[in-house]
Amino acid sequence: MSEPLIEIKDLRVEFNVREGIVKAVDGFNLTINRGETVGVIGESGCGKSVTARAILNMVPKPGKVTSGEILYYRRSKENPSDGQSRTTDVLDLTKLDPDGETIRQVRGGEIGMIFQEPMSSLTPVYSVGTLINEAVSLHRLSPVKRVGAQITETIQTHRRVTKAEGRQIAIEMLRKVGIPKPNERVDSYPHQLSGGQRQRVMIAIALSCEPVMLIADEPTTALDVSIEAQILDIMRELQESSDMAILFITHNLGVVANMAHEIVVMYMGKAVERAKVQDLFYQPQHPYTRSLLQSIPKLGQKKSGERLASIAGSVPDPFHLPPGCVFHPRCPAFMPGRCDTITPQWTQVGDDHWASCLLYEEAGK
Amino acid sequence: MLNYIVRRLVYAVILLVLISFVSFVIINLPPGDFLTQKIEQLRARGDRSAESRVEDYRVRYGLDKPFMTRYATWVVNFAQGDFGESFEYERPVKELLGERVTFTIVLALATLIVVWALAIPLGVYSAVKQYSLGDQIITSISFIGIGMPGFLLALLILYYAVTVLNIEATGLFSQQYVEAPWSWGRVIDLLNHLWIPAIISAITGIGGLTRIMRGNLLDTLGQPFVEAARARGLANRAVIWKHAVRIAINPLIVILGSEALPGILGGGGLVSIVLNLPTITPLFVDSLKKLDMYMAGTCIVLFSLLLLVGNLLSDLALAWVDPRIRLE
Ligand SMILES: Nc1ncnc2c1ncn2[C@@H]1O[C@H](COP(=O)(O)OP(=O)(O)OP(=O)(O)O)[C@@H](O)[C@H]1O
Ligand SMILES: [Mg+2]
Repeated sequence: MSEPLIEIKDLRVEFNVREGIVKAVDGFNLTINRGETVGVIGESGCGKSVTARAILNMVPKPGKVTSGEILYYRRSKENPSDGQSRTTDVLDLTKLDPDGETIRQVRGGEIGMIFQEPMSSLTPVYSVGTLINEAVSLHRLSPVKRVGAQITETIQTHRRVTKAEGRQIAIEMLRKVGIPKPNERVDSYPHQLSGGQRQRVMIAIALSCEPVMLIADEPTTALDVSIEAQILDIMRELQESSDMAILFITHNLGVVANMAHEIVVMYMGKAVERAKVQDLFYQPQHPYTRSLLQSIPKLGQKKSGERLASIAGSVPDPFHLPPGCVFHPRCPAFMPGRCDTITPQWTQVGDDHWASCLLYEEAGK
Repeated sequence: MLNYIVRRLVYAVILLVLISFVSFVIINLPPGDFLTQKIEQLRARGDRSAESRVEDYRVRYGLDKPFMTRYATWVVNFAQGDFGESFEYERPVKELLGERVTFTIVLALATLIVVWALAIPLGVYSAVKQYSLGDQIITSISFIGIGMPGFLLALLILYYAVTVLNIEATGLFSQQYVEAPWSWGRVIDLLNHLWIPAIISAITGIGGLTRIMRGNLLDTLGQPFVEAARARGLANRAVIWKHAVRIAINPLIVILGSEALPGILGGGGLVSIVLNLPTITPLFVDSLKKLDMYMAGTCIVLFSLLLLVGNLLSDLALAWVDPRIRLE
């Protein structure tokens, strides 16, 4: 455990739009270990989706990664039984050619992604089976046992999965994500499925290539609460059986509490606090995190699909960011003269618990 | 699917019946039909046999019978391939139209192929490279194409062909092949002539279709499923063609039947007149001027038939490519 898989270091992504430059991600750091689930939470527009896309090197135009790196500790997929031990390369994903061979192998093959809008994330003219098959045929190799001519030794080689095998994998995956009658559903088209089923299919596609990490960008936001619970259950089950890391993006604290080992709170493109789930919920340190927790609707009042209840004030204008700590205009613990002048640093505030707030930095430092 | 096809066919037949009736009514609307004119003419010439010839016509076309009876006779004969006689030329309409129907269809198809073969890649390029120099050039030319009437373009090209290239740009055949029976040489000759009218009719069509393709594709490229396809590791080319263009092109198939084909038949008509092409349109326009009712009626019905078949084919093509319609 605790072997890093992805390290995001000081990532900055800017959108150069007519009105000016939006710093969508502004010096963001994050480490995701193998097999772990990290939750990223924050208000709408704080840069969660942009960060996720940066990992796959597909920030939409006119966005650009302006600095920082995203290191991916890539293990060779070679089978250890052929004598060679696994090697780990370090790739900086932001430096790859966005349409090159390497990033295309990573996308879908090693890092899968599911999206916020299940209703429109499946190409409407292809059947579920076709879509899964397409992904599988790009990324998955099936082992072939061959008997060597001279030595009676079994050599493992690989070849592309055939159509028939792809279909079998598709059916198998649909069964795993809990789609009833997978043999029939494999030939269904997206419009014949409900929103929940479509999201299951998205998960099936993402997992069909056995990725080492899954990025789930608000996978249940568009679904109603009971379906949401089912989808989350499936993701958790599949993760346990596959040792896959998950980057779980959400703005729903309730959801992330059940899914993640560790949580990163994001505000205006920056990480403001990072902690284990328990610590974050019971000992939140950053005033922003505290406000988020207070804004959780009380039990019995929760309406389905409700966004975070509002925190005092509103998200600042991205073209005129406040000086010092960007949260200071809304902060209940605002310290005049400090918070509006000094940019807070990433400070350790407990065991495995970090925050970026001047409350925890010694005065005058 | 079968249900869908049958339904479309039934609609097409109903529509055809309505059109035939309306065209027959229109043909009979103008005061003073062809016959009255003919009588005047014959009388003016002092033709002795005028009265009896007129009488002949009356009986032959049942002109003294009630309207509905005349209509019924016309429809029944039409269905059997007897389109009546042209008063103007005093020859059967069928004979006069003859090959022209084939040429009209060939020209429309040739135009469509040119339009699609050029407009789709241009539109795709324009959208994928939005705001690039290439896109701006394509966009400007498209607007010129949309704004420029086909017949004007035909005149310009005609002028250019005759004065500069010194080739004959009118007609569909060279002199020696006009009346010749079909042969390999005649086909080659046809193809040699066909490209000029095809390109002229196409240029106007290309502009519009390129713009539509560009707009549709830009919309589609912003759809989540395109991003999802990219996130699955597909190459850019596959994302664009298999996931974006594949969706963005569907509305064009509808346009093909409902707008492109009629546009080509109509716009191609003027071009046909300017270039003196043996298509239906010149005869049709002429027949309207001369109140040559059987000729005019036949042309209207034939045009409608071409449009209906075109519509039907595009409906079927759409169902074929889009499961949302096929499985409805
Ligand atoms: N295509 C784009 N063009 C211009 N600006 C963009 C674009 N995409 C994102 N941004 C900017 O980047 C910022 C972060 O957007 P992002 O989509 O990452 O937010 P988010 O945290 O995922 O929010 P949500 O919870 O609403 O999904 C936004 O403030 C937005 O202004
Ligand atoms: Mg988002």
